[in-house]
Amino acid sequence: MKITDLAYEVKEGLTISFQAIRANKMRSVLTTLGIVIGIVSVTLMGTAIEGLNRAFNESVSKIGADVLYVQKFPWMFGGDDWWKYRNRKDLTLKQYREVKDQSTTIAAVTPVSGRRLTIKFSSRSSDGIIVIGANEQYILTTGATMDFGRFFSQAEANGGRPVVVLGYTVAENLFPSESPLGKNVKIGGVSFRVVGVLGKQGSFLGMDLDNRAVIPISQFMQRFANRWRGLDLHVKVADMKELENTKEELRGILRKARGVKPGDEDDFAINQQEMFIQTFNKIGVVVAGIGLFITALSLFVGAIGIMNIMFVSVSERTKEIGIRKAIGAKRSTILLQFLIESAALSLIGGIIGIIVSYPLSLLVDQILPTSMPVIVVLIAILISVIVGVVSGFLPANRASKMDPVEALRYE
Amino acid sequence: MQPVINIKNVKKTYIMGSVEVNALVDVSVQIHKNEYVAIMGPSGSGKSTLMNIIGCLDTPTSGLYEFNSVNVGEMNDNELAKIRNKKIGFVFQTFNLLARSDALHNVELPLVYAGMKRADRRAAALQALEHVSLSDRMHHKPNELSGGQRQRVAIARALVTNPSIILADEPTGNLDSKTGIEIMALFDELHRQGNSIILVTHEEDVARHAHRIIRLRDGLVESDHMVESRIVHEVTTATG
Repeated sequence: MKITDLAYEVKEGLTISFQAIRANKMRSVLTTLGIVIGIVSVTLMGTAIEGLNRAFNESVSKIGADVLYVQKFPWMFGGDDWWKYRNRKDLTLKQYREVKDQSTTIAAVTPVSGRRLTIKFSSRSSDGIIVIGANEQYILTTGATMDFGRFFSQAEANGGRPVVVLGYTVAENLFPSESPLGKNVKIGGVSFRVVGVLGKQGSFLGMDLDNRAVIPISQFMQRFANRWRGLDLHVKVADMKELENTKEELRGILRKARGVKPGDEDDFAINQQEMFIQTFNKIGVVVAGIGLFITALSLFVGAIGIMNIMFVSVSERTKEIGIRKAIGAKRSTILLQFLIESAALSLIGGIIGIIVSYPLSLLVDQILPTSMPVIVVLIAILISVIVGVVSGFLPANRASKMDPVEALRYE
Repeated sequence: MQPVINIKNVKKTYIMGSVEVNALVDVSVQIHKNEYVAIMGPSGSGKSTLMNIIGCLDTPTSGLYEFNSVNVGEMNDNELAKIRNKKIGFVFQTFNLLARSDALHNVELPLVYAGMKRADRRAAALQALEHVSLSDRMHHKPNELSGGQRQRVAIARALVTNPSIILADEPTGNLDSKTGIEIMALFDELHRQGNSIILVTHEEDVARHAHRIIRLRDGLVESDHMVESRIVHEVTTATG
């Protein structure tokens, strides 16, 4: 068949399809519903996965590649081990000082502990603020910047001065129209003087990083610590090329400080971003898998709907098929015509699906930093056409193989 | 001169359930260019089967069918479709127009399947519609046209490819007698202009327009004679 012939047949097929779809509006709309749901599922899933990746990448850059997190719990473990990790001894400030004094390969180290508390200023009050106890090097390990003011100094940290650095959101809520610098806020009933405000950091998997306040660790331990709240060490590596050496050095110092016998396993974990990435990727695969399954299922249901209605359409139009064959339509022509019709039906469903998904993707955007990627739209269109062609094949094949004499006799 | 249609000892057998039905027992017919032939016979005589075979909608069980000296019996589906498209113009009792397309597109359709360019298609379809005096109705859908007009559109569709033969199956069967006469006048004119026409009918009035009448009975040619000269030809299997 010549290319031009094919082009005419495709064009004719499109014309017929839209005539047929227009002639059966209600039926067509109901049929495309399955595809609409399938495509909404495809686009939202794509958007959500894109959003998860983006959120993750942003978060990862926030926690920094060169920071090690010394904690009781490793970031990856099986459910059975929970109690083992839970029962480990907490890290202590003494151990922090051992690390600080003995390590030669670290750029910064800070003890970190946190707790949700209420912060008040005059008549204003903010609930659920994560109050973090740390030393002056916290600003180095967290990668945060100062919006204004300053971070508390080493002297203030060592001296356990009642000073606080507020997160961006906290400062905004408590001091909507005045400078917080030098003001005294009440944290859990204790007065702290504001010395600075952290720069805006955004959110981390839906958690607002700006909704926090940092105070010297000794103040925290004295006022807010309790036995359920452990202590972490955040360690910034001096040279990423020496990462493994730094980890070894840390292990050595901590094993000694915590009295771990030679041959026993570590009773602490040194976590780093890489482990977070691995864990995340595992979750990502599961989420994508479930999403794919739901999507495939709804598309399958949609495809069956299209196949069903195409069989009806073919049988209703037996006479038309007979006429077309009598005046020279080949088998391939009839096949193509019905494939185009079924693809067009599915494509309409796909386009409606994309239109419906757009506002829904804005909802997803509230949870994850994302927008509907163009590639997802293109994939959705492609998928709907493929679904149409595949589900239209059997009915179209039946139409193409009709005997013209029989078909013409059909009333 | 080579006949357009050369049918020799054609037999057509259908299997209906477990019974074999001999629709055509042994039929031999030759039709030449510019002939005006009526095929007649009561129902069950095999005239529809013969028409389907002549029209390349069906193939014989045995025997020879040559169309323009080409053996149709050996053709595949695509080749048959091509012959129907380019060489045969069908006119049906029930018009068989596409309900959702306007007159112009109905007439154009065979040319779409023939792969003709859009502009050429348009021109040819318009000319064919003019030929049947319907160019002012080209954008009407079939349900906006009278029975006679619909049949004219169908005739225009049959003419548009400039076929070797026009095959009309009871073309006046669904029309009132006045319109029927108009349609038959149109066929007469088409014949005068050089077209070859085969009418399948059971109406003597319609058949009388033709110059030659082939009568079938029980799957056999009962008689084959010229109308004007009233000379009855004995048909033998030796013809051709």
